[in-house]
Amino acid sequence: MLQTLERNSSAPAEDKPLRPVHLSIRDLTKKYGTFTALKSVSLDVYAGELICFLGPSGCGKTTLLRAVAGLDLHDEGRIEMGGQDVSHLPPSARDFGIVFQSYALFPNLTIAANVGYGLVNRRMPRAKVNARVNELLELVGLPDQGSKYPAQLSGGQQQRVALARALATSPSLLLLDEPLSALDARVRVRLRDEIKALQRRLGVTTILVTHDQEEALAMADRIVVMNHGVIEQVGTPPEVYGNPATAFVADFIGQMNFLDAEIAGPEHARVGDVMLRSTNVGGRSSGTRVKLGLRPEEMRVRGVGPDSENGLSARVALIDYLGAFCRATLEIEAAPGIQLLADFSANAVRDLGIGEGQPLTVALPPECLRVFSHEEAVAA
Amino acid sequence: MTMAAVAAPAPARQISREDWVMRIGISILCVLLVIAIALPLGLLLFKSFERDGQFVGLANYVVYFSTPTLVASIWNSLFIAATATAITVPLAFAYAYALTRTCLPLKGAFMAVAMLPIFAPSLLSAISFIYIFGNQGFLKVLLMGASVYGPIGILMALVFYCFPFAVLILVTALSLADGRLYEAAAALGTSAWRVFWTVTVPGIKYGLVSASFLVFTLSITDFGIAKVIGGQYNVLATDVYKQVVGQQNFEMGAVVGFVLLVPAVVAFIVDRLIQGKQVALLSARAVPLEPKPARGRDLAFLTYCCVIGALIIGVLGVAVWASFVTYWPYNLSLSLRNYNFNEFDTVGWQTYFNSVKMASLAAILGTTIVFVGAYLVEKGQGFRAGRALAHLLAMLPMAVPGLVLGLAYVFFVNAPWNPLNVFYGTLLVLAVNTIAHFYTAAHITAVTALKQIDSEFESVSASLKVPFWRTFIRVTVPICMPAILNIAVYMFVNAMTTVSAVIFLYGPYTKLASVSIVHMDEAGFTAGAAGMATLIVLTALGVKLLHFALDWLVFGKLQAWRKR
Repeated sequence: MLQTLERNSSAPAEDKPLRPVHLSIRDLTKKYGTFTALKSVSLDVYAGELICFLGPSGCGKTTLLRAVAGLDLHDEGRIEMGGQDVSHLPPSARDFGIVFQSYALFPNLTIAANVGYGLVNRRMPRAKVNARVNELLELVGLPDQGSKYPAQLSGGQQQRVALARALATSPSLLLLDEPLSALDARVRVRLRDEIKALQRRLGVTTILVTHDQEEALAMADRIVVMNHGVIEQVGTPPEVYGNPATAFVADFIGQMNFLDAEIAGPEHARVGDVMLRSTNVGGRSSGTRVKLGLRPEEMRVRGVGPDSENGLSARVALIDYLGAFCRATLEIEAAPGIQLLADFSANAVRDLGIGEGQPLTVALPPECLRVFSHEEAVAA
Repeated sequence: MTMAAVAAPAPARQISREDWVMRIGISILCVLLVIAIALPLGLLLFKSFERDGQFVGLANYVVYFSTPTLVASIWNSLFIAATATAITVPLAFAYAYALTRTCLPLKGAFMAVAMLPIFAPSLLSAISFIYIFGNQGFLKVLLMGASVYGPIGILMALVFYCFPFAVLILVTALSLADGRLYEAAAALGTSAWRVFWTVTVPGIKYGLVSASFLVFTLSITDFGIAKVIGGQYNVLATDVYKQVVGQQNFEMGAVVGFVLLVPAVVAFIVDRLIQGKQVALLSARAVPLEPKPARGRDLAFLTYCCVIGALIIGVLGVAVWASFVTYWPYNLSLSLRNYNFNEFDTVGWQTYFNSVKMASLAAILGTTIVFVGAYLVEKGQGFRAGRALAHLLAMLPMAVPGLVLGLAYVFFVNAPWNPLNVFYGTLLVLAVNTIAHFYTAAHITAVTALKQIDSEFESVSASLKVPFWRTFIRVTVPICMPAILNIAVYMFVNAMTTVSAVIFLYGPYTKLASVSIVHMDEAGFTAGAAGMATLIVLTALGVKLLHFALDWLVFGKLQAWRKR
């Protein structure tokens, strides 16, 4: 029976562009009165991948998911599933399973009846339904719980039941709407690994909506970062984290220091009186106002002297102890008023004697110094 | 991003079979509500512009406002309603405060006692006060020469009748307190008096406003009390009755009905506007307020509640006792003589059985329509216009006094052009009228229950390709069973006790018990009227007890899933 569930499980994760497109979204627009929830959004979702819609609340990620499901109608645009235009179809005519944040388990039905809810309707013989329900409960790690009621299970268990119910009819698309946000931190981490493993095993194309960047980085094959109804960037977790396309993405995923700067020739930008080299200037002409971005962990502190490239004399204003590392707030001597965050390993702090009030020389590696256009950063 | 990317036109969603079922359901609901509520009221308005079948514009209104005795009723009604509100709301507030904010013992019992008047027709209290303070009343001396037949009697009976409704609203408002606010106030060393005015009162001001408007509306629209104990004191409600039943002047009855509609509608709209401003004061993180014992305060409130409780039981008890007395006040031995209703009213006991039948019909039919209707309005997808119209029509009856609705039905169901006129005088029309009259509160109960259900159930069943009606039967109805039973009992009890809506509508074979009370009282058979009222109270209470038993059985035994 399990074979029916395990599709595409052998598809390697590396050659995504070669995979068939399962879901294609073209120029989708959705307005609520004067508020535009989605602005001409286009996206391809490949068969078998786990894709995350990530963004702050109100960014349009849930609206996009509900449009795919057909639960909320979009105003303009086109949605294709498996090559078929489904834009006009009601949800009951689209092929998907869905898990909501609240799980929406039927409280008056047993776990088994919940999981088998969509099967009973398909004129399946009772024995076959029972076999399938048991198989699914086994799959999500809840055998022998079938006769209980939802209120008797923990949050994490309820979440798995909802997942089993959504998978029962073997949909080609699984939609997860913030499935983990109602759980406490420890359960959340465990379940996200389980869901990821299950998705890999079944190979079911999955869309996960979340506002938790850590969840997205840990689970997704690809992340779609959204803000104000538009897609800011689509990419693998390393791409999105290491190479953010916009200042918003840089700021939303992980920490990023931003410095107001002006382009001062090829590979150079000026922050106040300080000249910095960056390999990411591109074709920007001199005088252009930009923002420079640097992640706190990219700040270099070992083997740095006053003559190092992009070296800056600083004073440690504050140290936040965060367990495995320390986050220091630095004040730059040459540019008063500017504060930079820097992450130092516990080792570095001990070896270099970094402490509050101490002077320190740091270097901003030119290849790490990202350049964002100023307007974007302001909008974010 | 380029202009060349031409967006596909807005999708007109393909309408599925489920959508059709839902749309047809909402359309049927709208048609039913239009027939049962909007059309009759429209016709009533139209009739008020007619005389002898001719359109006369505002002539009827001109006559009305130039007749001093009729205009005097407006001021009488406003005076009575305002005074009844001013007395009832503070009394109810103190009682509700005792139930929610003090360490009163036996709270459940005190709450039950306060609710007793709901199970009696409004005129029962009027009958009791006649026995107590009337011409042959045993406490007549307490009035020091003043007559109970008039504003004094009306006010006493109205306060008794409206008290439970005000208590209900205020208990709800007072229960929704955030304990943290009181802790913060205490931490800042605030005096109890200042806490009361800066925390307690602002927290329940919407409840106070709601209770006030409800009592005002109930008082101005009640007919039974003024009819029984009003004597020569005219109010709007009795004027409608006199014009229609006494003088057969239906057009003038319609005019008075519309005058009566004005304060009720104004109260309704103002209340809605104020409620609209209310934001959820209670966040999800609020901590329930646990009253702490305070000897002096608790004792004072216990005394107060005992006095009020004793008065309620006393007033109710007098009518019950009087109904078993052989011949008041000359022969106080007990007998069942007054229950030989056929002696006082030719159809006698038949009226009681008619009432039970009508109330059962209203409960079954009304609960079905209200709940299915509320489900379609609340959980339906698309078809906004239809759902909004249905909701609006469902909210309308709250603003319409029963007497006005009843009169509107007379015009509507009696009209020769109306194919529904074959139903005139049947129990079905009486039941439909009752359902329409009490629709709003039942609708609100159903919508509130439905709102508490996860809004994604319909989405989940759509994704599992299960039609919504299947989920409605298998999931929604079982979950909402407590609310459904509440609505059924509410409909039954109100159908048993209502007078105003049905007094114009009964036919030769369908006279109701509550109407029979009015007639027996009119004919001077007060003891018989008291007996019939007692019978109604016992029946209504019996159904309520049955409800408790059913609740216990269904939710305690059969619905194991409700247990954690």
